[in-house]
Amino acid sequence: MTAIRSHAPWIALALIGAFALGTVALHRGESIGALWIVVAAVCSYLVAYRYYGLFIANKVLRLDPRYATPATRLNDGLDYVPTNKYVLFGHHFAAIAGAGPLVGPVLAAQMGYLPGTLWIIVGVVFAGAVQDFIVLFLSTRRDGRSLGDIIRQEMGQTAGMIAQIGILLIMVILLAVLALVVVKALVGSPWGMFTVAATIPIALFMGLYGRYLRPGHVGEISVIGVVLLMASIVYGQHVAESPTLAPLFTFKGEAIALMIIGYGFVASVIPVWLLLAPRDYLSTFLKIGAVVGLAVGILVVMPDVKMPAVTKFVDGTGPVFAGSLFPFLFITIACGAVSGFHSLIASGTTPKLIENETQARFIGYGAMLTESFVAIMALIAASVLDPGIYFAMNSPAALIGTTPETAAAAVSAWGFVVTPADLTLIAQQVGESTILSRAGGAPTLAVGMSHILSQLIGGEALMAFWYHFAILFEALFILTTVDAGTRVCRFMIQDLVGNAVPSFRDTKSWTANVIATAIAVTAWGYFLYQGVIDPLGGINTLWPLFGISNQMLAAIALMLCTVALFKMKRQRYAWVTIVPTVWLLICTLTAGAEKLFHPSPAIGFLAHARKFGDAAAAGQVLAPAKTVEQMGRIVFNDYVNAGLTIAFMSVVIAMVFFGLKWIFIALKSDDVTANDAHVAPAE
Amino acid sequence: MRQALQSVRLKLDPLVCACRAARETAHLMVGVPDYDRYVAHVRATHPETEPMTRSAFFRDATDRRYGGGGRTGVMRCC
Repeated sequence: MTAIRSHAPWIALALIGAFALGTVALHRGESIGALWIVVAAVCSYLVAYRYYGLFIANKVLRLDPRYATPATRLNDGLDYVPTNKYVLFGHHFAAIAGAGPLVGPVLAAQMGYLPGTLWIIVGVVFAGAVQDFIVLFLSTRRDGRSLGDIIRQEMGQTAGMIAQIGILLIMVILLAVLALVVVKALVGSPWGMFTVAATIPIALFMGLYGRYLRPGHVGEISVIGVVLLMASIVYGQHVAESPTLAPLFTFKGEAIALMIIGYGFVASVIPVWLLLAPRDYLSTFLKIGAVVGLAVGILVVMPDVKMPAVTKFVDGTGPVFAGSLFPFLFITIACGAVSGFHSLIASGTTPKLIENETQARFIGYGAMLTESFVAIMALIAASVLDPGIYFAMNSPAALIGTTPETAAAAVSAWGFVVTPADLTLIAQQVGESTILSRAGGAPTLAVGMSHILSQLIGGEALMAFWYHFAILFEALFILTTVDAGTRVCRFMIQDLVGNAVPSFRDTKSWTANVIATAIAVTAWGYFLYQGVIDPLGGINTLWPLFGISNQMLAAIALMLCTVALFKMKRQRYAWVTIVPTVWLLICTLTAGAEKLFHPSPAIGFLAHARKFGDAAAAGQVLAPAKTVEQMGRIVFNDYVNAGLTIAFMSVVIAMVFFGLKWIFIALKSDDVTANDAHVAPAE
Repeated sequence: MRQALQSVRLKLDPLVCACRAARETAHLMVGVPDYDRYVAHVRATHPETEPMTRSAFFRDATDRRYGGGGRTGVMRCC
């Protein structure tokens, strides 16, 4: 009886969630309240956390409070500190929450809101949160070791080395695609460009203030910084409207790309306290603030979703990214559903701070559910826009032209009626000269956010402010990731090269520093520049590549979890990680094969190379190339992208091989063979 | 009077606690651990050593977060 009573509220919650989900899925017609999506998602999360999360904690992993965590065992007050679970949840969430969940769902909205919503919910419950949770657990049982170390430990040196190289490649693509999102948001936008540029002197001031005037007063420094940032957004309008100042901050994509590359180099070479750390404070707090603001906005304003549940673009002909629902939806929405990158975070600082391993469910599984909710909000923000406006913003100029008239005609022809006046009006409202072909997610999310937030505070008068607030927070956030990521790449390169030339490992050496940073910047800068000059907008090519690599990392991490379960003799429950691993392998390998061999030049790299190669041989010049030489470069880029895809696929296939090998070895043994914590629980 | 003050303080106590936790969370989000706890830890376990000053501790935390000296540094997620 008491059992039934304790389950009753959860059953009620599950019923509410199922009803909301049913409404979202079956609704056809003009528009539907965004609140239905929110209710469906939140109920699913709560029920999954209560039952599936608990099942993994108690049955699969058997979390045991008697195991001393690294934080309690190695407490040094610095790296290893037992931390309150709510405080640690905040830390972990801030570390995993990036720009990814804000971009992927916006791009995926081209297929309608339903496919994205379902994948985000199902994906996080059975794959994303499971990965974060189990990797956190594995690392906590191993002194807080990193993913690469755990792979080396459980699957051997070679597997560890392959994974390490894979991680480096993934980072390069990640940094390039994120930087591309910023470029797309700032092209021809003096207001946006000014505010982003203003963050540099603001951060320098904060850095000096925090170093010499008031060391350690993070709160005070950040408040000053945020106030200055808001002032820069307000002043940005003046810049945009001034005939003398506006041209100084209006740039083409190529110029912005080169600036970001140069800036990334400088920011990761100079001392971190001067520029990187203060920008990190600003971007972290702005992001948390913006996420909370968006949540409040959606709950209070209760906007209607205008995007159809499913559009005709599920067939793969969509303008935002090419490729059909399977496998490309599952590649496009990586973060928010399942993100391999989180396995690096879950084996980073969090396991060194956790007080008690039973809290791993709340922190690992729980924080990922929260991140998934951010993705749901991004999807809502993109879907509350008029579909016509959404497609005009996200389709490349090669398809819709460059004037409101051509864009409105092209988008209306797809069945999403919009007039040139609508497109001009929305651009005016957000204080931009045009909103056409701004693929990349950030501007769409910004228009969606300004649509919602302006109904909360300020009305139409503040739409332009909210738009530029959203652009600034995304750009700042991404640029901080790019700087910090460049540094991480640099250390990884120094470490890898150090295997051959030991002196290269010295992180204090300026020569090694500059060379390694230059290699890192060149690597991602190459893909960034290639994306910027791409007539289809770059996001088209690079985002799927990033999605594939990110999901492959997730497959590797889940493979490791599976091996660990077998080694722990818990193979009875290994399906918990096998099912998502297999699904991710199917998606990523199919997507990889399609990116390579698909006969359509819009999807397959090789088909694209053939098209341009043949044309060049016939003496023709196809856009965007203007000379035969440029045609050659496009073909070369295609082969680079194809080579990278093959590299990703080889890494993941090699890891599958190692995984199977170790599962087989574990099965033959009668004992637990996992290199678990050496501290046995006290009886 | 004293009693009234006492009850006010009791009522405020959870609030003070919540503020401390919020501050600690915000600091940890940008990679700065709690200074007071660090000092308490050093005093308790290594009484012979002097803990770092607040500004040295802050510098140290910044260096730890962004790598160098064998650490790869923080990588924020996508």
